Amino acid sequence: MNMKLDGKVPPGPLEEKWKQYRSTMNLVAPNNKRRIEIIVVGTGLAGASAAATLGELGYQVKAFTFHDSPRRAHSIAAQGGINAAKNYQNDGDSIYRLFYDTIKGGDYRSRESNVYRLAEVSNNIIDQAVAQGVPFAREYGGLLDNRSFGGVQVSRTFYARGQTGQQLLLGAYQALARQIAQGSVTMYNRHEMLDLVMVDGKARGIIARNLLTGKIERHAAHCVVLGTGGYGNVFYLSTNAMNSNGSAAWRTVRRGALMANPCFTQIHPTCIPQHGEYQSKLTLMSESLRNDGRVWVPKKQEDAKAIREGKKTGNDIPEEDRDYYLERRYPAFGNLVPRDVASRAAKTVCDEGLGVAPTGLAVYLDFESAIERYGKSSAHSQGINNPSDAKIRELGKAVVSEKYGNLFEMYEKITGDNPYETPMMIYPAVHYTMGGIWVDYNLETNIPGLFATGECNFSDHGANRLGASALMQGLADGYFVLPYTIGQFLSDEIRTPQIDPSHEAFDKTEQDVKDRIEQLLSIKGSKSVESFHRRLGKIMWDYCGMSRNAEGLKSGRKMIRELQEEFYKDVLVPGTNEEYNPELEKALRVADFLELGELMMVDALHREESCGGHFREEYQSEEGEALRDDEHFAFVSAWEYNGWEEEPVLHKEDLVFENVELKTRSYK
Amino acid sequence: MKLTLKIWREGGEYKRGQFVTYQMDDVHADMSFLEMLDVLNESLIAEGKMPVAFEHDCREGICGSCGMVINGYAHGQLQGTTACQLHMRHFKDGDTVVIEPWRSKAFPVIRDLVVDRSSFDRIIEAGGYISVGTGQAPDGNNIPVEKDKASHAFDAATCIGCGACVAACPNASAMLFVSAKVSHLAQLPQGNVEAKRRARKMVQQMDDEGFGYCSNISACEAECPKEISIEHIARLNREYLSTSLSSEETASS
Repeated sequence: MNMKLDGKVPPGPLEEKWKQYRSTMNLVAPNNKRRIEIIVVGTGLAGASAAATLGELGYQVKAFTFHDSPRRAHSIAAQGGINAAKNYQNDGDSIYRLFYDTIKGGDYRSRESNVYRLAEVSNNIIDQAVAQGVPFAREYGGLLDNRSFGGVQVSRTFYARGQTGQQLLLGAYQALARQIAQGSVTMYNRHEMLDLVMVDGKARGIIARNLLTGKIERHAAHCVVLGTGGYGNVFYLSTNAMNSNGSAAWRTVRRGALMANPCFTQIHPTCIPQHGEYQSKLTLMSESLRNDGRVWVPKKQEDAKAIREGKKTGNDIPEEDRDYYLERRYPAFGNLVPRDVASRAAKTVCDEGLGVAPTGLAVYLDFESAIERYGKSSAHSQGINNPSDAKIRELGKAVVSEKYGNLFEMYEKITGDNPYETPMMIYPAVHYTMGGIWVDYNLETNIPGLFATGECNFSDHGANRLGASALMQGLADGYFVLPYTIGQFLSDEIRTPQIDPSHEAFDKTEQDVKDRIEQLLSIKGSKSVESFHRRLGKIMWDYCGMSRNAEGLKSGRKMIRELQEEFYKDVLVPGTNEEYNPELEKALRVADFLELGELMMVDALHREESCGGHFREEYQSEEGEALRDDEHFAFVSAWEYNGWEEEPVLHKEDLVFENVELKTRSYK
Repeated sequence: MKLTLKIWREGGEYKRGQFVTYQMDDVHADMSFLEMLDVLNESLIAEGKMPVAFEHDCREGICGSCGMVINGYAHGQLQGTTACQLHMRHFKDGDTVVIEPWRSKAFPVIRDLVVDRSSFDRIIEAGGYISVGTGQAPDGNNIPVEKDKASHAFDAATCIGCGACVAACPNASAMLFVSAKVSHLAQLPQGNVEAKRRARKMVQQMDDEGFGYCSNISACEAECPKEISIEHIARLNREYLSTSLSSEETASS
């Protein structure tokens, strides 16, 4: 039975919705806030900012992370920056333009009202972060500096060298630390959520495992907020951290929450290419590099072959034999096309045999012309007349180093190559998941009292996220949206006494968790968890990666089923539950990835169109661009999942566009 | 290449901590140090043994999770590098590699190479923040910050909280960690307001956690993977000294 999904979008013109709604929504009085308990799972940008802000408001917050400290969440690794519609550069930016760019960048598969609100609060985030002491880049006049990111034609990205995520997360972590010290937030480090507890149809608590002792614990609250990040690690190799996983969110799906657009995955165009079978993860090179780096491959097959065989390097290829394919195909945006477009273009040239690494899976990102341009400008401003080529290079390298030094250093550490001298090699890799738990305008899921924030919800990025928008969304949700909207639920709960963790619903859920752990430990098979994860990742990448087709998705689904059966017969989890046991943690996560991966295949098969990161080979133009089908697929696919014995059930939320015209996305 | 690993094992079947020797026969130069340990762990699991426990997450040198003493150096001998970004091309065929956890009273060993660093969180909770609530901020450009000052503050703010400074210090002092936060915030106008109070409270907490005193050895700076300068310790000392001389500050809390 399909349920009607109500996005609860408030009435009124787009520009007024949030303002009006915020002033009329229900409030919880301070004396009641003190009695109300909220569980926040995850302490990345979304979770930490939410927990800190809810604590400041006077609620009793319990925050959970599986890390040893909230500061380790993977938001910390975000490099490039955070968008805001400040228009400090006077280049024509506005809230509407940020909204429009995000809707268009997402290929018209997100909800207008949520995206507009995101653009609206983006400016508050910058103010808040500055006040917290985030050391953003500055101009000589002491004011904030900006740079450009993909898919837009203004400079609206605020940054702190190549470590913007780190600085913003530390800001949120410090705000959280202040609340912990004041006693409004109780922090549970090294605790992993393993299930959601529902009492009378509402989210009322979680079952968590203490990762040091293995103790299975019950935690009760009036409501539960997820800020648990994305599920990109279903692909095994991704830019996500090793421990990033989808389990907390997936467990709520197993309790009835809907999973929206799970097949919308972002493959980031600029990552360091894979180099060996033992490799554990992929490393991102920030999109900000595309401000100055030019992407190319050799024009001639024989040059590409010689480079692959180590007989030539990129420097040996003369200018006229290079194909700057992004500049050629997309003159209006050039190297700064959105991520999905840049990634597919890289795949296309590598498929044509023009890739440059020994594996054939890499393209160049070249800084030579930037070094020359900056060198000349620097010589000019220092009053050096007729500088030598060597001087120009020296000055140019200094400018590039100031902008991207830490990224160049990281590249050299990993590959052993010096990117100031030879062009960087890059290839697309899984980076972010736009899909996630379905939420309404209040960020509440279809389970009353269960909220989802940041990457773990689906709401703002449609089928493709623009660069520097993940940090914006995580902090928007946590600082400026959820702390208001959660009141809509909690204002009806002021008469609800403290939730009793000895309620039978807790008994039952705790037993379910213990049974799952016991099952995994008792298999005592012959293959490590890691080996299953690696094989799952390969299936996902081959059949549900940068391009997909019906036949591949069907066989991919079948292969996951077979892998899953093998997993439950032959996985080897050493040790016991009652100890520090990272292998058991991994086994629980991979078991969930197997189910989630299958649902991604189902979703990708069902969506018979190409949009954003979802490229179906059957639906493309003659030039190889994505063909969207607005007539049949302008909706959110929200899946109900009842275990792998049953077919997932699709529920649709129609996407209504009242303020933007649905157009074919063009960056030409 | 072939390597001999001597790894500290503690907990589980190793009731008393001890070094255990492992032979690695097929280590590739392009592997990271942690990927080399992954390969070892896969082989231990295949034998039904518990893998070597070590902490790790981002493997990009930014989360601060990983940390181990490698041949006597925190995060290994290569400067400005976390263990996860240390690659095996810096080792030679036939090398013996000794791997130990951080050693400090304030970082108790949990298992093998994993230690408890929650003392660092408690130091931040004691005052490592600017007291501003959500929604109280003025426009970002209302607080101009000199470009060089912002840049120096940033240098301090790059601390990843890994604990290498403590592990490197013969006194197991946490001065570099504490000073990095004090210096980051004190150099910015918005953080300067409560700089003295912050310095006093964080130092007090550091002492309570059982970290040692700083005696200007500067091993912390040499082994910090983010190359944070001991200049910040000088700045902390200045803030701390002025706070202890000001009776009003001392009396007010």
